[in-house]
Amino acid sequence: MGKVPKKRSLADKVRKTKTSTEIKNNPFEVKINRKKFDILGRKSKHDVGLPGVSRSKAINKRKDTLLKEYKQKGKSSKFIDKRFGEYDTNMAPEDKILKRFAMERQRVHDKKDLYNLNEEEELTHYGQSLAEMEKFNDIVNSDDESEEKGLLSAELTASHFGGGGLLRKKTSGDHEDGGDGGPRAKSRQELIEELIQKSKQEKRDRQVQKEESQELTEKLDHDWKSIQALMVKKIPRAERVEEEKPKLEQYDMMVRELVFEMKAQPSEKLKTPEELAREEREKLQKLEADRLRRMMGDQVVESSQSQTHMSADDLNDGFILDKDDQKTLSYQDGKWNIEEETEVEKDGEEEEEGQSERRRNLKREMTKRRKMMRRKKKRRRAEEEETSAKPSLSIEELKAQQEAAKAELPYTFTAPESLSDLKDLLHGHTPDNQRLIVARTQKSNHASLAVGNKLKLQKLLGFLLEYVGELATRSPPELTTIDKLIPELYTLCQMFPEAACKTMQSILGDAGHSTEEVLEVKGHLPFPTLDMIIYLKVTALLFPTSDFRHPVTTPALLYISQAITKCPVRSLQDVTSGLVLCCLAVEYVSFSKRFLPELINFLAGMLHLAVQDKTSLGYILVPPFRQSGKCSDLLVVSDTESCKSWSKKSLPLSATQQLELKNDLDRDHHRLMCLSTCLDLVKRCCLLYKDLLSFTHVFQPIRMLLSKHISAQAFPESIQELHNEILETISSVPVTHSRLILEKKKPIPLKLLTPKIVEVLDYGKKRGSTREEREKERLKHKYKKEFKGALREIRKDSRFLAREKLNEVMDRDSERKKKVRELFGSLATQEGEWKALKRRKKK
Amino acid sequence: MAPAKRCNVSLAATAEKSVKKAKIDINAQVERILESRKNANDVFDILEALESEKEKDVVSAANACSKLFCTLLEKKELFLGKLPGEEEAVSGECSAEEKYQMFMRHRYNSCVELLLEHLSHDLHGVKESALCCLMKFAAGEGKYPLEDLDWTEHYSFPRELLQAVVDRLLSKTTDNSMLISRFQEFLEMEDVRYYVMSSIRENVGKVMDKNKGALVPIYQNNVFTLMSNISIPSQESELTNFMVKQEAKHEDWKAAKLNEHKRVFERMWLGFLKYKLPSNMYKKILVILHDSILPHMSKPTLMIDFLTAAYEVGGAISLLALNGLFVLIHQHNLDYPDFYKNLYNLLEPSVFHVKYRARFFHLANLFLSSSHLPVYLVAAFAKRLARLALTAPPTALLIVLPFVYNLIRRHPSCRVLLHKPSTEGELLEDPYLMDEEDPVKCRALESSLWEIKTLQKHYHPDVAKAALAINTPLSGKEDDINEVLEITTHELMERDLKKSQIKNIPLEFEIATQLLKGGGDVLGQHFCLD
Repeated sequence: MGKVPKKRSLADKVRKTKTSTEIKNNPFEVKINRKKFDILGRKSKHDVGLPGVSRSKAINKRKDTLLKEYKQKGKSSKFIDKRFGEYDTNMAPEDKILKRFAMERQRVHDKKDLYNLNEEEELTHYGQSLAEMEKFNDIVNSDDESEEKGLLSAELTASHFGGGGLLRKKTSGDHEDGGDGGPRAKSRQELIEELIQKSKQEKRDRQVQKEESQELTEKLDHDWKSIQALMVKKIPRAERVEEEKPKLEQYDMMVRELVFEMKAQPSEKLKTPEELAREEREKLQKLEADRLRRMMGDQVVESSQSQTHMSADDLNDGFILDKDDQKTLSYQDGKWNIEEETEVEKDGEEEEEGQSERRRNLKREMTKRRKMMRRKKKRRRAEEEETSAKPSLSIEELKAQQEAAKAELPYTFTAPESLSDLKDLLHGHTPDNQRLIVARTQKSNHASLAVGNKLKLQKLLGFLLEYVGELATRSPPELTTIDKLIPELYTLCQMFPEAACKTMQSILGDAGHSTEEVLEVKGHLPFPTLDMIIYLKVTALLFPTSDFRHPVTTPALLYISQAITKCPVRSLQDVTSGLVLCCLAVEYVSFSKRFLPELINFLAGMLHLAVQDKTSLGYILVPPFRQSGKCSDLLVVSDTESCKSWSKKSLPLSATQQLELKNDLDRDHHRLMCLSTCLDLVKRCCLLYKDLLSFTHVFQPIRMLLSKHISAQAFPESIQELHNEILETISSVPVTHSRLILEKKKPIPLKLLTPKIVEVLDYGKKRGSTREEREKERLKHKYKKEFKGALREIRKDSRFLAREKLNEVMDRDSERKKKVRELFGSLATQEGEWKALKRRKKK
Repeated sequence: MAPAKRCNVSLAATAEKSVKKAKIDINAQVERILESRKNANDVFDILEALESEKEKDVVSAANACSKLFCTLLEKKELFLGKLPGEEEAVSGECSAEEKYQMFMRHRYNSCVELLLEHLSHDLHGVKESALCCLMKFAAGEGKYPLEDLDWTEHYSFPRELLQAVVDRLLSKTTDNSMLISRFQEFLEMEDVRYYVMSSIRENVGKVMDKNKGALVPIYQNNVFTLMSNISIPSQESELTNFMVKQEAKHEDWKAAKLNEHKRVFERMWLGFLKYKLPSNMYKKILVILHDSILPHMSKPTLMIDFLTAAYEVGGAISLLALNGLFVLIHQHNLDYPDFYKNLYNLLEPSVFHVKYRARFFHLANLFLSSSHLPVYLVAAFAKRLARLALTAPPTALLIVLPFVYNLIRRHPSCRVLLHKPSTEGELLEDPYLMDEEDPVKCRALESSLWEIKTLQKHYHPDVAKAALAINTPLSGKEDDINEVLEITTHELMERDLKKSQIKNIPLEFEIATQLLKGGGDVLGQHFCLD
């Protein structure tokens, strides 16, 4: 066996001799270590000790080691084991044994040659003759070869399992000197051949058997068929159907249906956004190509288009592989278009191929040139043919088609690199088309299509915003275009919130900066221009206005607030601007219902402009409005008659920039318009701020104005209605409130003087130190334990030695005593004999 | 003197390049006149050039004149003492030497007259060179007086010349602020300043009496510009820079005494403020009053009348008068009975919108920092400010809110404005009377600061946050309002614009389709695209 015999210690022996349970049950052997506390979940190894056992173990160990050493002390000669590989630790014990055995055999063999006196002594292993086993080894050897073929017989495996690793090793050892044993090798060869033959035979047998069974089954089938016809005929069909019919119940039918129902077909893979974008672009490109083709329509030789693309093989010699050159398969008027050309083309292609094959070594340029020449020729021919081939299409139709193609927008656009690019792109298009252009630009430059597109689109967003501002500054402002561009702006903004935010911020920052400068010089501001108003509106469309703090809308609202506090109202135009700003302000706070004091101030000031009698006011106006002055009667209606002819309609936004009012009637109408807008805003504010605690104080000036100074009777009905509604709302809001009370908060606990008690959760562990310290502590502890243990061992050793020495001395002494006694005894007998002799002599 | 010279040199240099020829001529003439008395008549040519139309000619002529007559003054070749008439001088029986001197003196006088006329010339260059030239003459005259100094007590100073210059500077028709700022460098000299101040006083008295106290805006503006340029050193030892050094008893000279300076300064200002002023002039004076006028007056209390009058005018002027009053109250023991009441009445919605808002709140903070104020007064202020805050722009609110909090912190008994637990649940109308002028009767203490609670819903995040502070007990430390006093709307905007490091910018989720849609359609309801 290959296993290393385990060193049996004495303790084991003890245990073996007396079974462990016997020892453990013997109360004299067992020492129980008493535990102070019973701790749950802790497994203790040392609750029961066997002192006797362990002591004897220790003594025996000492006897083996220390005692030997002691006995050897002072002795110079020693035994050296000269056996092969005795001190070689690298060798496995199996190998050692094997080698030794081999050497022994060799020696014996040599000896045999020398003095071949007696028969080969038989070696055995596990009681079996080794010579016999060698036979199997040979088989094992053949096994090595047969492994390639994957053949394994029962015998082989059996011998293999019996042999183990040792045997195999042996065979390899034999293999080296295996050449000499002729008959043995032969037998091995035979064995192999036999084996192969056997397996082949088996295979053949199996094959034959299979064929036979196949034949039999076929035969059986055939027989069955002949019988089957007879069986079917036995039962009439109609009967059977009748029998079966009533069985079909609804349930069964449903089950059938369900069984045969079409299983869910695997649908097509969902497209990723990139794929979708690519498809979109491809679609656009296709449309674009189509459009181009139609636009070209006929003879126009295209030279400018598609020249941008340069292939890697391009020689830059002006040759372009035109799209129209390669005639694609197409149908026209139900028949195959340009058959001939394709054929010709094919021929050419073949010819070319052949050529290229033939002259592979020719310079590329040469072929190219030739190709080009041929193509040119071909094209000319094609053109001629084409013109002649399409007589059905009249010239008028062709022209109309061309026109339509021209009017139609291209489907792909390159992203503009600057504002002027964008302007060029959009110039001269209708608002709807401008929107389309922007949308298509955006689609054909989708961020997932190319690396730089993201940046391009971000730029586009910036330019668009600038463009919007510019549109608003034109006279007359092109607001419809802006209106159309809004959805595009929105989608772009959704794509690039950062860029949109940054652009808007820079616009607002610049506007804020310039107003700051003007304010420092003049002390007041002009009303913002239309572009700024549009920007503010766009901001509200793109960004949420209800956020508590938003990087764009908060400054925007501040800008509005500054405008309506610092811009003096000097004309009806200013009034309109102010009202637009107020509308925006109301929109900004409509959702969040935040309080905007400037808005109320401004609206009150507006209403003040409509007050005729400016004496004994019950309210105080806030700048930019003044109690009285040259522009404080702007909204006073000059002729009460004009009220009758007035009807409400929307004011154009451009009225903030220029207002053309020809006569007093127009002016009065405009005033009424402003007044009604103003009142509507006031109404909205009332509803927004109804919940404010100081509602009454906030709306006090407006209430005074409406109730005392502006009488509703003088105005048209819609205004009267508004007037009444506002007053009602204001008076309906409760005036009383409970007093302010601070929020109740948890009382601060008093300072306590009792000691702080910390719960200890992990007993026995050192706390309050760092990891390093703990580690150090642990090592120290371990060292101490080891040290103590070592001391104890040394003491035990010396005690053992002393005991041995004492034993020795005692033995020696007792021996001596014995000898002395013996001597004395012999002497005494001698003496006795002598005395007896003497006595006898005396006698 | 030195700067004047440098200036002349530079002027001469510019003139040199442009009109070399004329310059050479005039300079040569000066040389000739100075060389021998035979050529004395050439002086007429120079004077003629001085009357020329061309700016460059005049400038070079003025330079020549200054050179010529300063040399003559130095050589004492101008007639001293009382000058007889031209005819007399010629016919009189005196030596040729004296006759020459008289002749030159006459030329000098006419030159001075010409230059004085030039001071009200249209062109600034002419004015400036004339002014420089005149001041050179003044320096020369100071050194070598043209009067007979028989007795030593008399201090020589060209008072008449200076008076004439000042009269011209304080023009009634043209705004001379440029020239006056040029003149400022001469005001650095102690004696010049002293005499200029007394000349101004005389001039103002004369002119205003003539106009019977009516407004003369341009003139008053000139006077103000000149006077505001005058600053007096704070210590006598600093009086060192003199144009004329008196040989004897220099220390006794009035122009060398700081007290005299202060007295003249005070009289000058009082003389000016005595008359009715345009309202923007009031503002201008009040702006500089506390730090450039009051400290230099010998008796600042004399300003009380002016300040109280201004304080009672109301509006921005009152706000500005506060500063001066504060100095008087603080340093000069002024007892102003209804000061706080007036201050209380100054609180109006416009306070938050005027230019001097920062200054006002700084002072109001100072006035209300006393811990000896009665509680009702502090409560009245707090309540009124809170009420006014309902109309204030966000920049003002950022001042007002901490201001009110500071008031309550200083006077813990005002805490009832924020916290009155005994009457919990009881509903009442605001008892505070906004229109009551007397803080005693306004019943502010019975009220609560609901306004601040309202401002918690303010649209600006910073304001809303500041207003939220009343929900919990105020912290012990006062807020420093000086940081926010000067804040502008633009700065407030920048706060948000600069703070763009936010990772993901929230976007409007409602898809925008049209310009006028969205946000409740307020704009769309009243306005259309075209």
